[in-house]
Amino acid sequence: MSQADATIARSEERATPISALSNWGYRLQRLPLHIVIIAFMAFWLIPTVGLLVNSFRQPADMANAGWWTALFPPHGFTLASYQQVLAIDGVPASIISSILITVPATVIQLTIATMAAYAFAWMKFPGRDIFFIVIVGLMVVPIQMTLIPLLKLFAVTGLAGTVVAVWLAHSGYGLPFEVFLLRNYLGGLPREIFESAEVDGAGHSVRFLRLAVPMTIPAIASLTIFVFLGIWNDLLVALTFLSGSPYKPFTVKITQLTTSLGYGWEFLTAAAVLQMALPLIVFIALQRYFVRGITSGSVKG
Amino acid sequence: MDISTLLTAVVAVVGVPLVLLGYIIGGEWVIERLPEKIQNTFRPYFWAAPGIGFASVFMLVPLAYSVVWSFQDDSLSKFVGWKNYIYFFTFPDTITSLKNSLLWLIFYTLGAVGLGLILAILVDRVKYEAIAKTAIFLPVPISAVAASIIWKFMFEYQAAGSTQTGTLNAGLGLVHHDPVAWLVDATTNNASLIFVGVWTAVGFCLVIISASLKAISSEVLEAARIDGANEFQIVRLIVTPLLWPTITVVGTTMIINALKTFDIVYVLTNGAYDTDVIATQMFRNLSNAHFGRAAAIGVILFITIIPLLIVNIRRFQQQEEQR
Repeated sequence: MSQADATIARSEERATPISALSNWGYRLQRLPLHIVIIAFMAFWLIPTVGLLVNSFRQPADMANAGWWTALFPPHGFTLASYQQVLAIDGVPASIISSILITVPATVIQLTIATMAAYAFAWMKFPGRDIFFIVIVGLMVVPIQMTLIPLLKLFAVTGLAGTVVAVWLAHSGYGLPFEVFLLRNYLGGLPREIFESAEVDGAGHSVRFLRLAVPMTIPAIASLTIFVFLGIWNDLLVALTFLSGSPYKPFTVKITQLTTSLGYGWEFLTAAAVLQMALPLIVFIALQRYFVRGITSGSVKG
Repeated sequence: MDISTLLTAVVAVVGVPLVLLGYIIGGEWVIERLPEKIQNTFRPYFWAAPGIGFASVFMLVPLAYSVVWSFQDDSLSKFVGWKNYIYFFTFPDTITSLKNSLLWLIFYTLGAVGLGLILAILVDRVKYEAIAKTAIFLPVPISAVAASIIWKFMFEYQAAGSTQTGTLNAGLGLVHHDPVAWLVDATTNNASLIFVGVWTAVGFCLVIISASLKAISSEVLEAARIDGANEFQIVRLIVTPLLWPTITVVGTTMIINALKTFDIVYVLTNGAYDTDVIATQMFRNLSNAHFGRAAAIGVILFITIIPLLIVNIRRFQQQEEQR
């Protein structure tokens, strides 16, 4: 029996109780299921919705009444929080910094990772398996272990407090997982394609650039989304290497404002919305790649 | 924002791929002109070199340095033996942060994986599965910083009797319960922080577990139903065992996340009211320039992860054998 037949059989079985009464009984039986799922959906959505609503209210209103009161007239919606946040010294600059950090860091690590993954997937060399096991091990090493030595390294090389330092650090941290994933993907491509290209006289550079890279685009695309958002959302690395620098990214700026303001931080709702807008838009627009990226990284391994 | 940084960024985005392209084409041009034997020995290292170099300079070598420096004083110039480790284990707050990290390890992992599994099984049975998954996955792409601000509003507390602006306390008010100072009260604050972590992670577990749930053949389940098994028996005796490999993969990821937990605690409480975890304690030492002590805590963190590292490598080797 094929998958489709089985599905039909299953739905037929569900539909067998013909009389309307037992149909209702069946629905009533399933009611707790729906209640549980909808309750979870609500509880997982409400916090974000609350923030979104609050970000369009006057900071004073936020301090006096919960966000749900704004759902009923008078709403009192305003862009005041956004204006207030963007007027803070350093906030617009920190958004630009986030972009200046994220884009190059993503490009650097993915180009290097793809190249290394090709070597691991399609070349035999002594020590390859050991190198690769080290890479698998590095995937779980807490980056905390590297912070102090890298701080010193950047201080010695004059990179301390620059975006270049963060590009390099992020690239180092991201590489093991990317090499691992891309090597598995590249290794899964049909051997015959590469062999016939070799017979036709194509060198490794042609095979890599004309065959391997184009065929790996789906995996690279998923990875790009992940790596990009990971760096955009990063706090620890930026806090370590850039907290005193003029190039601190948006996450660090928001965190410093939250901890320094204490009371009257309500208008930071707008900052949080601005910070998470990009990840959420990317997620909603590219949901399929997003989910594929997650599952390919973990299930197939 | 100065122009030079912008220029550097543009140069990096365009330049790095171009440099690598030049490296590949130029290098291969040279290699192809070498005797074949040298070609075969040299080429793989040429290709793997940038990646291995990066991983070495920014991960492996710092790792080794951290171990050495954990035995040195704060100026990293003098060996002090086990002093940093002794300091860590005798510092009164350490007990708190170790205890809290253990709480994170247990409840974050169980919460995220457990709820992910239950929800995967539940949403599989309804027509609006895709929408339900999207809703629960939505917090995953949100940064811990934004999630912390989101939850600041959920946890907001005013003294009993005044209007509650926090969503949770307003909810408690509806059932005539006194408001709770979620992030301050020692009985709730760690649970609250861990819950924020769970909130951001369940969607991740759900999506992965759900993907492997779809791979279970419906014939097996049908056969069990015909044999008279009820839904609970099917989940317990058939679905869960079949999902077990996936559950362990997701579980190890969550355990690693739990041990490395930093952002949520740092933004929401910064370790105040006994909510410190190992990573926030380490970062405090680091920002106070106690480098030796911070390195020692990093090493301790690493040691706790070594069992998972071994598990990961074993699993990788098994997969390789099946290839």
